[in-house]
Amino acid sequence: MNCDVCQKEDATIFFSQVVEGKLQKVNLCKECADDKGVTDPTGFALADMLEGMGEEEVTETVIETDDLVCPSCGFSQTDFKKTGRFGCADCYHVFDEGLEGLLEAMHKHTQHVGKVPSTFPDLPESDLVPAPEEPMENSPLDKLSELKSALSKSVEDEDYEEAARLRDEISQLESQMGDS
Amino acid sequence: MRFSTLLKNPAEWMQVPGPESDIVITSRVRLARNLVGSPFPGWARKDDRVQILDQVRPVLENISEMKDSFSEEMTKLSAIEKQVLVERHLISREHAAKSSGCGTVMNRKQTISVMVNEEDHLRMQAIRPGMQLLSAYTALNDIDSNLENELPYAFDHQYGYLTACPTNLGTGMRASAMLHLPGLVLSEQINQTIQGANKIGLAVRGLYGEGTEALANLFQISNQNTLGTDEKEIIEHLNRVISQLIENEKNARMKILEESPTMMQDQIGRAYAVLKYAHIITSKEALNHLSMIRLGCDLGFVSEDEREAINVLLTEIQPAHLQISAKRKLTPEERDILRADIIRNRLNRLTPPDFSTIVNERDDDE
Repeated sequence: MNCDVCQKEDATIFFSQVVEGKLQKVNLCKECADDKGVTDPTGFALADMLEGMGEEEVTETVIETDDLVCPSCGFSQTDFKKTGRFGCADCYHVFDEGLEGLLEAMHKHTQHVGKVPSTFPDLPESDLVPAPEEPMENSPLDKLSELKSALSKSVEDEDYEEAARLRDEISQLESQMGDS
Repeated sequence: MRFSTLLKNPAEWMQVPGPESDIVITSRVRLARNLVGSPFPGWARKDDRVQILDQVRPVLENISEMKDSFSEEMTKLSAIEKQVLVERHLISREHAAKSSGCGTVMNRKQTISVMVNEEDHLRMQAIRPGMQLLSAYTALNDIDSNLENELPYAFDHQYGYLTACPTNLGTGMRASAMLHLPGLVLSEQINQTIQGANKIGLAVRGLYGEGTEALANLFQISNQNTLGTDEKEIIEHLNRVISQLIENEKNARMKILEESPTMMQDQIGRAYAVLKYAHIITSKEALNHLSMIRLGCDLGFVSEDEREAINVLLTEIQPAHLQISAKRKLTPEERDILRADIIRNRLNRLTPPDFSTIVNERDDDE
């Protein structure tokens, strides 16, 4: 979207004012916004900028920039930069971008290992098992050892629901192998 | 349980000795947890916080470990009462400054305490005497597993437990030990030790956590990273480092005894004289002398019987504890006088340090 004033630059600041019950909107680039003093809400009236609007009383001013905002709690990227803390649990998904780098600098890792609440639903199957598994049909023995190592990993991770599932699968496979 | 009952009972860790308790005073583990669907306390409105407190408090009070707990909203506590809890390491300094919708629940033995709506919805802590990080973690983990059935925890398979500050993501666990390191301080090895610990991802702080001074030669060492390392591994790593620090501290003490025994006698002797006879004493001066008496106990110059008295004094002479015992607000000058009274009284059975072992060795040399 181009800037409403210079018509050249990309608009990054979206300015709305409610004037006598009617909503007025202007989209501006950074330069024009600074030029018009938009970023200072006390010193700027949209009406002054739009020709022919006279000197109506301004009742409400809202400044929106392209700052990312969490829909659940209203916390913004700028708030995070200021405080170093997030607003709610959902913020972690809203502000996901760039978070990995930050976490790597902080913890050297970005993937949680350790306790998982027992009440928490398991990861979808596709995330747990590496993709190239189907193509080569392994022998039941290979499959068994694979399941067993997955079992010990899930026990190590204290993912007991997954462990129980694997245990059942192993005993089923073992009984099948015993049958044949 | 009422606040006065809580006060009358010294915390369990002060009375029961634990493993390595000559050097490791306490082991603490804390877990940070949040609930889904409500903003973190720092961003929440008052109504949100009150709602969380109302939801969480009855669940906490019902856990069997927390039977006969002390449970209160922060607004119902006076400034001095809150400060007492800080001095006992039961709540943080930040939490003491909180108001509506923030609360504290702890058990009678003061081994488990939970802050509601500090930086996270739940900050729970287990404290044990001596070097017992694993046992502290196990106790707290049981409580956490109880809570997760009743409260909808905010959790993510990649980031782990979701916390207000990304520095606590993952396990949400901070394990720390309070160490008494006079040997490393006197031999001027402490800065090097702190830098070494920092290099391997551990933080070293003073007596009351972040940004506080290292009084009484007490240092808290804790893990920095919480994401990508599981709970047991974090604790094992800390245990290895702490064992090494204990070793270094013991070596430093032996070295001082060998190379400058007179300096050691002077420090402990002065501490004895001041604590026994002073009538006006600041908290800093008192803590540092108590540290030397404690060192005297460890080295066999001072009777072992005084160890508990020293542990109790460490908290009893702090400003809020003094004002509670005086039952009124005291000026700093009044506090210094009362502090000296309490110390002389507590240490009335303390006999002069006996340095005969050192003197004998010196005679042998000549």
